[in-house]
Amino acid sequence: MELAIHTDVSANARVNTQGHTSKPHKVTAEGVNVFYGNKQALNQVNLDIPSNMVTALIGPSGCGKSTFLRCLNRMNDVVDGCRVEGEINLDGENIYARGVDVVHLRARVGMVFQKPNPFPKSIYDNVAYGPRIHGLAKSRTDMDEIVMTSLEKAGLLDEVRDRLDAPGTGLSGGQQQRLCIARAIAVEPEVILMDEPCSALDPIATAKIEELIDELKENYTIIMVTHSMQQAARVSQKTAFFHLGELVEQGDTMDIFTKPIDERTKAYVTGRIG
Amino acid sequence: MEHEHIVSSFDEDLGRLDSIIAEMGGLAERQLADAVDALSRRDVALAKKVIASDKQIDLLEEEIDNFTIRVLALRQPMAEDLRAVVVALKMASNLERIGDYAKNVAKRTLTLSAMEPVGNATQTIQRMARQVQSMIKNVLDAYGAHDLAKADDVRMRDEEVDLMHTSLFRELLTYMLEDPRNITACTHLLFVAKNVERIGDHVTSIAENVHFLVSGDKPTDERPKNDLSSQTIVE
Repeated sequence: MELAIHTDVSANARVNTQGHTSKPHKVTAEGVNVFYGNKQALNQVNLDIPSNMVTALIGPSGCGKSTFLRCLNRMNDVVDGCRVEGEINLDGENIYARGVDVVHLRARVGMVFQKPNPFPKSIYDNVAYGPRIHGLAKSRTDMDEIVMTSLEKAGLLDEVRDRLDAPGTGLSGGQQQRLCIARAIAVEPEVILMDEPCSALDPIATAKIEELIDELKENYTIIMVTHSMQQAARVSQKTAFFHLGELVEQGDTMDIFTKPIDERTKAYVTGRIG
Repeated sequence: MEHEHIVSSFDEDLGRLDSIIAEMGGLAERQLADAVDALSRRDVALAKKVIASDKQIDLLEEEIDNFTIRVLALRQPMAEDLRAVVVALKMASNLERIGDYAKNVAKRTLTLSAMEPVGNATQTIQRMARQVQSMIKNVLDAYGAHDLAKADDVRMRDEEVDLMHTSLFRELLTYMLEDPRNITACTHLLFVAKNVERIGDHVTSIAENVHFLVSGDKPTDERPKNDLSSQTIVE
């Protein structure tokens, strides 16, 4: 079997943390391996994600960070030939265990993608879609309440209050992304995964999303993949650095960006390897 | 770090910071040597040269100020690079102060040269200055070579400077008690001694910054201090 990665690497990433967090871990990953056919994309990843914090996953393209993110709500299940080994626990329960309802899991672990992808529906229906299929609203009044609250939490309500029937695709890129965040939080998730949520946005729209992420962490656990190290530094409290399918180093964001331990982390954050 | 930046002009920027600091450090070291040399040889011309040369250090500090702001704004350095930029900024400020103290020694030399010499005080000052000079040299070497042990060694050596300062303080008080006509010269010499002692403190601060540059942490252990001049009574 052809392996993209040699397997004799250390199973344990460097842990770079001075200030110990007392927050409990919302998600824990143990010995996670991911294969696309014969190609191994992740090798023995162990990572604990604390509750109510923003954890940034960084690393060069192809390092496995998005693959890891997609493991957390079993998005890889839909990829042909993808095989996930190891254990990923949400509140201590293995999400890969037999009998886990994947639809329910994805309601608990929501996702926001790189490119804003609103449904070709009205703003209102974009947000109402999830609660409707999960049966979260008993009445039209209930649904109105959910939609308005979600738009409010996503920092979009003031901009769309008087045009809820307009198509979501008519909004600006930044507004569309906040609509997608409203759509994700409408089903009351516990964890929100974000895969480069600002890479298609201008700096102002990016700042709004970053401000929003900072507010959202009060109520949700957020895990974000980003190519912008400045963004990881600005919005996250924890950072994990991936390289060639391996989790190299993880710790407090401040430590990763001021005094990384591993040579590969040093080289990456200072712009010496891409 | 062995690897170079993907953006090679970033390496040039960091290299330039290093070379300005090295130039400043060399100048500061020489200014102190010349100032104390002028003092012990009562060389007015050399003292005047020291006073005039301080401007060069000031200009280099300004260059570091502007350049570090530029690097921070345009490169947004991280990790070791970030520490290098912040440390260069702080070191430049320390070196500029060292230059100022050397200049002050030179100014007092102009006054002292017009007066009768007092005892062996200038020799003690010279010994103290030699110690501080070697600390400056070593801390600059430690900076250039990212040598943690050497930086820590410099940090510990300030204690000896403090001891010499305390003993000099007693010596000068004694001269003043012996003969009130010594008071003017001794007061100037007290300031000279204090200037050299303060230079030692700035070198120590640079050593702590080099420690941070190399390791990412500030030194945590207590540094031995022995300047008891503030509590000294001679009766």
